[in-house]
Amino acid sequence: MTDPKTTTVEVRLPTKMGYEKVAMSTAASVAKLMGFPEDRIEDLKTAVAEACINAIEHGNRLNEKLSVGVVLRADNDELEVKVLDDGRGISSKPVKPDIDRKMHGDEDARGMGMFLIQALVDEAEWVTGSDGKSSYVRLVIKLNKQAA
Amino acid sequence: MESETKSHVDQLQSPTGYPVAVLRFTGDISSTSKEAVLGAYEALPRETTKLILLDFTKVDYINSSGIALVIQLLIQAAHSGQTVCAFGLSAHFTKVFTMVGITKYARLFPSQTEALAAL
Repeated sequence: MTDPKTTTVEVRLPTKMGYEKVAMSTAASVAKLMGFPEDRIEDLKTAVAEACINAIEHGNRLNEKLSVGVVLRADNDELEVKVLDDGRGISSKPVKPDIDRKMHGDEDARGMGMFLIQALVDEAEWVTGSDGKSSYVRLVIKLNKQAA
Repeated sequence: MESETKSHVDQLQSPTGYPVAVLRFTGDISSTSKEAVLGAYEALPRETTKLILLDFTKVDYINSSGIALVIQLLIQAAHSGQTVCAFGLSAHFTKVFTMVGITKYARLFPSQTEALAAL
């Protein structure tokens, strides 16, 4: 049974680049209603954007027949955002980008999304569905913690 | 859905008299911004362009793919012996640029005036 103090908002996005902005706006609106400060909301927006982009590009492989689910759960003191796709999940943990290696061509200039997600929220967890074809990333920001 | 990136170049002079190329970006910077970012940079005359400022004042949204394009620009600039600085990023994106280490290769300033004064 849902805790009466918990509010849930669900959004379903088309698998098209650019639609992460819908999730960003929704997350920002919920966070603002909860009383999060502006800098924390900006952190959340970027993290949600990166999570949605990963879901669109990698999880759903830009297949427009699929959609990306975004479920926001607002509690008394934290906001949880789950971004769900039909992919197999991640194969490795986020790695901190090495700017020196990127500048010398030893590391792809891309690939910073997961690092930013982990750095900007209080909790980030990548989960692979038990059926092997549905996965989600769970992001949490807490009201009593300061921005990254 | 994404706000298309637009760019244009202004030629200014630093307070000490050096020519400075200012690449001004408008809109979102994402994976679709390659022409606006790298195309604009590559159109600069390489032999005579030594100082470059990136103007993010009118940029609302940059994702990690957009940051990757900025890094690719910095790589090319480094190979050409050019100095690149940036200004106009919001406090949030200044923090993000710092997190990924861009500040090691390009200084960030709040405004054009401060960026020019540092060149």
